[in-house]
Amino acid sequence: MNRINKKLQEDKKLLSIYFTAGYPKLNDTVEVIESLEKSGVDFIEIGLPFSDPLADGPTIQESSTAALENGMTSEVLFNQLKDIRKTVSIPLIIMGYFNPMMQYGVEAFCKKCAEIGIDGLIIPDLPVQDYNENYKAIFEKYGIINVFLITPQTSDERIRFIDSISNGFIYMVSSAGVTGAKNSFGDTQKTYFDRIAAMSLKAPQVIGFGISNAETFKQATLNAKGAIIGSAFVNNLSKNGIKSIPDFISSIR
Amino acid sequence: MSYFVDENGYYGQFGGAYIPEMLYPNVEELRQNYLKIMQEDSFKKEFDELLKEYVGRPTPLYFAKRLSEKYNTKIYLKREDLCHTGAHKVNNTIGQILMAKRLGKNRIIAETGAGQHGVATATVCALMGLECIVYMGEIDIARQAPNVARMKMLGATVIPALSGSRTLKDATNEAIRDWINNPVDTHYIIGSVVGPHPYPDMVARFQSVISEEIKWQLKEKEGKENPDYVIACVGGGSNAAGAFYHYLDDKEVGLIAVEAAGLGVDSGESAATSVLGNEGVIHGSKTLLMQTKDGQIIEPYSISAGLDYPGVGPLHAHLCESKRAEFISITDDEAMNAGLELCELEGIIPAIESSHALAVFNSKKFKKDDVVVLNLSGRGDKDLNTYIKYFKL
Ligand SMILES: Cc1ncc(COP(=O)(O)O)c(C=O)c1O
Repeated sequence: MNRINKKLQEDKKLLSIYFTAGYPKLNDTVEVIESLEKSGVDFIEIGLPFSDPLADGPTIQESSTAALENGMTSEVLFNQLKDIRKTVSIPLIIMGYFNPMMQYGVEAFCKKCAEIGIDGLIIPDLPVQDYNENYKAIFEKYGIINVFLITPQTSDERIRFIDSISNGFIYMVSSAGVTGAKNSFGDTQKTYFDRIAAMSLKAPQVIGFGISNAETFKQATLNAKGAIIGSAFVNNLSKNGIKSIPDFISSIR
Repeated sequence: MSYFVDENGYYGQFGGAYIPEMLYPNVEELRQNYLKIMQEDSFKKEFDELLKEYVGRPTPLYFAKRLSEKYNTKIYLKREDLCHTGAHKVNNTIGQILMAKRLGKNRIIAETGAGQHGVATATVCALMGLECIVYMGEIDIARQAPNVARMKMLGATVIPALSGSRTLKDATNEAIRDWINNPVDTHYIIGSVVGPHPYPDMVARFQSVISEEIKWQLKEKEGKENPDYVIACVGGGSNAAGAFYHYLDDKEVGLIAVEAAGLGVDSGESAATSVLGNEGVIHGSKTLLMQTKDGQIIEPYSISAGLDYPGVGPLHAHLCESKRAEFISITDDEAMNAGLELCELEGIIPAIESSHALAVFNSKKFKKDDVVVLNLSGRGDKDLNTYIKYFKL
């Protein structure tokens, strides 16, 4: 069984962290991952930086630009991660935009992920239909889970469809917007969280975008299976460095 | 082979809608409605009337006698430079503002490079009384100051794009992020035949008025609808798409697309996507784009802000790959000199984008009785500072 599915069966709310690979320094990637696991994080999204991250706010734009300037590429990332399964056992997901994966070759990319022990991919700008028609078979061949996004604007009908083709979790984007830390969620978000919970979907939901602290984590995981912290973690990492990771994580739950 | 968009939003292998799920409802709403709305009688009537009374269409198809003599061929200039606001861009913004109104949107966003599309968008927003926000790279704001002032006078808010290279590509990123943040009340008026389906097709249809007019105008002047060649510059490709549109299936009409070579295609400072680019995804569309081996988008360069884009629209990628159109790259120097030559021979100061198209006469030889239509996409007022600096006027 894929590590993601195993993790989703655990009887607890899951905390996931997104960070940008190759940031703050090019060779920090592995140390960040190891520190996150030791601090008790349930799974990790490793951000593959892209020059034009359309769905990201300023924090992740800046970490992506810095990582690229540091020399991060798909090839470099795969090299950094080649022995990661000797030290890390929690699920690892690569999150990145489609173009770098397309240039690497989607099949070659998935094959490399499988060799290393990457469990899933999140590709915000790969459309559901395109995935279904052109890439699903490749992902399945290598046992890579593709994670789809839904938003407050996604229709019930489309959510049902996405649920039907999800074999891991559904990534619930918390609000209409790009990535970025928020201090609390308002009524619109609560209504949306309740609406999705009431749909009793087959795939567990993990909420991301705007989760930043214990309060937003708690609100998000009231119904959902877990939550993902991105920008707030990256902000903390750039301010306080890798050694601050355990404190940051213990401040969340 | 078809050169028009297929039902899935592709031109051959190019096109599609590579957008994050956050944009799906907006783009889908547009996709489901754009053709229906464009075919409504009331829409057509309002669009045609505004093009006539407000934009000043039809624009002349002007026989350039002295230019023709110099190059020993028959050259007609399609005078899009005479459109209200000074370029073809307004054909599209008139169409899209009417579309936005019918979709019930009351907030308009746009990206701009040279500022021509920003001005054309601010203009139609003023005309319709809608809120207008224009994203523009910080560097372009500095080099196109007069257009920034025009947008402000027209009531638009100009927001500098501070990310990445701070030019057109980044302004487009910021506009897309704005749309993600404002998914309900906002329409994004894209300025060229780029972006996710249905934008390339919708913008091409609004611009197709250019070749529609060329056909009957040429019939009046030459007794035939088809020229031997149509020449247009390509940034994203909207003026070229409009000038080519009604000739796409007429194989005897040669289509010439002119890209900016910047300091030279091999100089590292260029925007010649057809030479330097390969297949990839930018701004929601699979197309030819300039990128590193790792798939990071490369910052282009051209003296002309309107051609300073690392991709081309998917229609043009298809025209290039299928060889339906000939792609020619023109350097900064070639373009600037061709621009000055038009001033001297015809008394017309062209936009530097259009000057790239004019420079083709120096690199490609036409026959004496060839009828060549060149789409003069814009006027040079906005470029005076660049002309002054370049020629030390
Ligand atoms: C006068 C003029 N011509 C051409 C262009 C290039 O755009 P497109 O290739 O979409 O026609 C611009 C863009 O700003 C322009 O202002």
